[in-house]
Amino acid sequence: MTALLETPSATVDRTTPAASRPRRAVSRLADAVLTGLGKVVAVAALLVVWEVAPRLGLVDATFLPPFTTVAVSWWDLLVSGKLLDNTQASLVRSLSGFGLAVAAAVPLGLLIGWYKPVATLLSPLLEVFRNTAALALLPVFVLLLGIGETSKIAIVFYACTWPILLNTISAVRAVDPTLLRLARSMDLNGFRLFQKVILPAAVPTVFTGIRLAGALSILVLVAAEMVGAKAGLGYLINASQFNFAIPQMYAGIITLSAIGVLFNQVLVGLERRFTSWRVPVGA
Amino acid sequence: MSAHIAFRGVSKRFQVKVRGSRQHSEFTAVDTVDLDVERGEFVVLVGPSGCGKSTLLDLLGGLTEPSEGEILLDGRRITGPGLDRGIVFQQYALLPWRTAQGNVEFGLEATGVPRRHRAERAREFLDLVGLTGFEDRHPHQLSGGMRQRVAIARSLAYDPQVLLMDEPFAALDAQTRESMQDELLRIWQRTGKTVVFITHSIDEAVHLGQRVVVLTSRPGRVKETVAIDLGDRTRQEDPRSSPEFARYRHRIWDLLHDEVSRAQQQEKEVVGA
Ligand SMILES: Nc1ncnc2c1ncn2[C@@H]1O[C@H](COP(=O)(O)OP(=O)(O)O)[C@@H](O)[C@H]1O
Ligand SMILES: [Mg+2]
Repeated sequence: MTALLETPSATVDRTTPAASRPRRAVSRLADAVLTGLGKVVAVAALLVVWEVAPRLGLVDATFLPPFTTVAVSWWDLLVSGKLLDNTQASLVRSLSGFGLAVAAAVPLGLLIGWYKPVATLLSPLLEVFRNTAALALLPVFVLLLGIGETSKIAIVFYACTWPILLNTISAVRAVDPTLLRLARSMDLNGFRLFQKVILPAAVPTVFTGIRLAGALSILVLVAAEMVGAKAGLGYLINASQFNFAIPQMYAGIITLSAIGVLFNQVLVGLERRFTSWRVPVGA
Repeated sequence: MSAHIAFRGVSKRFQVKVRGSRQHSEFTAVDTVDLDVERGEFVVLVGPSGCGKSTLLDLLGGLTEPSEGEILLDGRRITGPGLDRGIVFQQYALLPWRTAQGNVEFGLEATGVPRRHRAERAREFLDLVGLTGFEDRHPHQLSGGMRQRVAIARSLAYDPQVLLMDEPFAALDAQTRESMQDELLRIWQRTGKTVVFITHSIDEAVHLGQRVVVLTSRPGRVKETVAIDLGDRTRQEDPRSSPEFARYRHRIWDLLHDEVSRAQQQEKEVVGA
């Protein structure tokens, strides 16, 4: 049986016969619609509970106003331009810190991962920094760099660096040794080896780090903006709470979640594009 | 002149850590091997596991250097890896992010083949190993046998003089294995490459080799070389069932038998120590 399958002509039955292709496409479309529907239903249910619970007095409407109240407040913020200004301030900081971290940590990680002595030398330092929560260092950053943009971008940069760096290092070290032997047997030079073997093999693990960093960039920034800032979504949320503008506070929080989800989706999409060759999990 | 490939008194020793101490001791994996291989010959090395077969192939591939002796390729001493020798690994060593076509092109990229000719050459070699129509598949979409075909095509594509194969079919099931053996013989006859093939399967050795080199258990030495003459092996109905085949198999089995039990004895001693 297997011997027959071995000859390619007999393996044609593995490829999709043309006749069943439309039916498959239909069922796949139906699947996609169903999962999409499921997600919409879950979000809708959450919003309904949020709307109904304060109105029924199950929670205090002062502290958790109904969703529609928050939505109106969000619209007001949008129209007044405050929402865009603050979002823009946050995004610039997040993306700068994140972008700098990617630009610095990926090459550095490749280098450290490849040169074993460097890795051995630096590993205790990496261990220490990795286990020091970025937020614990926030006061230090403020002391050294003030409360301006520099310290905020710096702390995002700092927080994003570690997951990317550590993932890149382990990505390089985990490259399949038989591929390295293959490259060596073909007498590839160091540059070609890096370009054609190490780099592509490392991409999936590096991307995992980048995705983690993406989530961190928003988390850390918001905390930093709450501590000391004159603009940004973290500032907006904190200031609203301080001024008892509770619906506005929730409007800020919603915006933040939406940005988080969006950012993650973009990164996941990029990851898919770059790692489409990977064995589909669960397929 | 001299042989195409010549092992001249080749030994390989490894430094190994002595357990529980900081001292190193020397461990001989391959011991004074002398062996000649002619151009275009198909030579099979058999021996019990751990006897230094892979080490010999690494030496020939230039991945390690002999501790003593030298290996000559067309009279020139081998000092490192090169594209005049192509290795086919047991674990295929395909780049998972590249398609079958891309993997074969990877072999061509290392040589001076201009970009516009690569795709065409790659398709030719995929056709040679019977994979026309599978150019765009990624390795995870191919069966084990097909993956090894891609790896063979890749090694052939950069046109080495010698094909080094380290138990390339060991991970395949019995039937796939037999069809791959026949396929390899066909490719060998068509391309005229010199093949040095490693296996621990006696049947495989007898079926493939023009000469079978039987190695001793650790440290690996050449115990005996058996010339195999089964006529044109690709033409016969089922060459594996002929009486000559059985005779050769029995002969090599005899030679190996003592070595295998000695190797097992050695393993017990290591475990017991
Ligand atoms: N790099 C190495 N360092 C130390 N010992 C090694 C090394 N490579 C192989 N050996 C040892 O040399 C012996 C022969 O190995 P190998 O050539 O892989 O055997 P085979 O391929 O015949 O099974 C084994 O005992 C193995 O443990
Ligand atoms: Mg081996």
